[in-house]
Amino acid sequence: MVTPDRHQLGAVAPRVIRLAGGAGLVALAITIVLALVDGDATRFFRSYLVALLFVLTIPLGGLFFTIVQHLTRAGWSVALRRLMEGLAANLQWLWILFIPILVLVISGRADGLFPWLDHAHHDHALEHKAPYLNAGFWIVRAILFFGIWAFLSRFFFRNSVAQDASGDVRYTHAMQRLAPVAMIMYALTQTFAAFDWAMSLSPHWFSTIFGVYFFAGTCCAFFSSLILLVFFLQRQGKLENEVTLEHYQDVGKLLFGFGVAFWGYIGFSQFMLIWYANIPEETTWWIARTQGPWRTFTWLLFIGHFCIPFVVLITKHTKRHRIVIAGIAVYMLVMHALDMYWLVMPLIPDALHHATSLQALGNEIESDPAMVGFTPHLMDVTCLLGLLGLLVAGTAYQLRRCSLIPVRDPRLSESLAFENM
Amino acid sequence: MSAAPTTAPARTRRTVTPDSTRLWGLMAEFDSPEAIFTAAERTRDAGYRWWDCCTPFPVHGLDKAMGIKPTILPILVFFAGATGVVIGILLQWFTNGTSFDVWALVWVRGYDYIISGKPMSSVPAWAPVIFELMVLFAALTTVGLMLLLNGLPRLYHPTLKSARFARATNDRFFLVVEARDPRFSLAKTEAFLNDLNPLSLERLEA
Repeated sequence: MVTPDRHQLGAVAPRVIRLAGGAGLVALAITIVLALVDGDATRFFRSYLVALLFVLTIPLGGLFFTIVQHLTRAGWSVALRRLMEGLAANLQWLWILFIPILVLVISGRADGLFPWLDHAHHDHALEHKAPYLNAGFWIVRAILFFGIWAFLSRFFFRNSVAQDASGDVRYTHAMQRLAPVAMIMYALTQTFAAFDWAMSLSPHWFSTIFGVYFFAGTCCAFFSSLILLVFFLQRQGKLENEVTLEHYQDVGKLLFGFGVAFWGYIGFSQFMLIWYANIPEETTWWIARTQGPWRTFTWLLFIGHFCIPFVVLITKHTKRHRIVIAGIAVYMLVMHALDMYWLVMPLIPDALHHATSLQALGNEIESDPAMVGFTPHLMDVTCLLGLLGLLVAGTAYQLRRCSLIPVRDPRLSESLAFENM
Repeated sequence: MSAAPTTAPARTRRTVTPDSTRLWGLMAEFDSPEAIFTAAERTRDAGYRWWDCCTPFPVHGLDKAMGIKPTILPILVFFAGATGVVIGILLQWFTNGTSFDVWALVWVRGYDYIISGKPMSSVPAWAPVIFELMVLFAALTTVGLMLLLNGLPRLYHPTLKSARFARATNDRFFLVVEARDPRFSLAKTEAFLNDLNPLSLERLEA
């Protein structure tokens, strides 16, 4: 029997909350100073939206994967499930970070960020979309999304922790009963959140696969974070016997499968259909990302987010080496941040309307990268680190009192004895 | 056959009988996963190479106890997938992007043709075919080489002659050592297997 303090964060929790939370607040303070010096509110909010989507994807992936465990009655993953639930539990407070954007929309100054809010000039296409894309409905949806996420993450976390005390199998049954409905609710909310908060930045453009693309990024963020969380805990002397290389290998497989291969597959599917059909109203989004400075960025993502990790993660040896897989997880988180940046930042240039050829457009963009929104700024980094710091502190806060594994889950012994080969 | 031959001369005599020239191997029977596990470890440590365990269900860790090396199949599959990628590129480049003649049993000519206003060699359009050929090559290689490396399909096996062996799919665990093993000697191997305390020990004909 392992001593219980190896199942508890104990003294680690307040230390992490102080350090990560403090560093996050400092980084946010620096961001605000940088934004005030910069003076462009829309520019700041674009940066903030990148950071917010980045920190949202991690717990969203945790919620998705927690539901999957109950949906499939998985045994192998039980030793890791509390950490998934703990990451997902952040969805109970992450709505606080959404308030600035909400306030911006309510105050009516968000048309720089979400052009569909601008009623000043007549736009036929947007008028047709107005029944969906209007401030009131958008706000209601945002509240609905966060409400559902908070409810689901709280439900799975609470029931799981309650089972630690009583060992009652009814908690398992309750969670398994809700899992199918929860999965449908998750799929709908996550898809439409991606439409609302990322796709509607270019409101003329549309892609039905967009929500799936966002989901692939969510998986990349979550599995990387889970690996890092386990790695950190084992460095602190926690869960050393419970989480084995077998679990690392399986999470590594999922990172490879969903975060790398699936991400590349969906990203390319989105590109290829639009590229092949070559319909003007669809190509705009990709022209902004394949001409001028974003072209290099797109290639960087393709090679860095897909090609390199595909080759590195394909073998079991990298997935079964704690330090190597932790390094890969950090790398994939960086790539995911770049992916979110690439999703939010580029603007469809007005020059598109008078350009005579792609070549001419490319040259015009090169002379003024700001027209496609290519304005890298230090606050992009500080804002991301700030919110990430808060998320780390929040995760430590969620897990501060409960056991780090579901100690009385009926399938725990299966997970402890689990082997890949 | 009795579990323990009584005297050494008896065993020696049997090895020179005409029957034993067709000896395929020795089969020891056990009644629990633990027993076969220990027996496998000792057979591994004794240095035997041509031997196997037959169990009614997968015994966890038995492959390690037997000292089975990891399969080379994944490496071969990787190269098969890479071959599929190369063939996918060459096939589409030749058929859509060129116009020269190649002899492939008959003379065929590449047909450069503008489709949807795209360039002749239009890599994004090739991607689905490249991907599918990679999957096809990798999948067929996985299945085909898995069968080949396992020596399958095999319609006959010497163990099937044994009436006892029918329980290998029910509640008994068998360890067989083949006569072609360089360390195999009927007398010594029989003594070694007897030492593992099997329920029975049987000689199998080819």
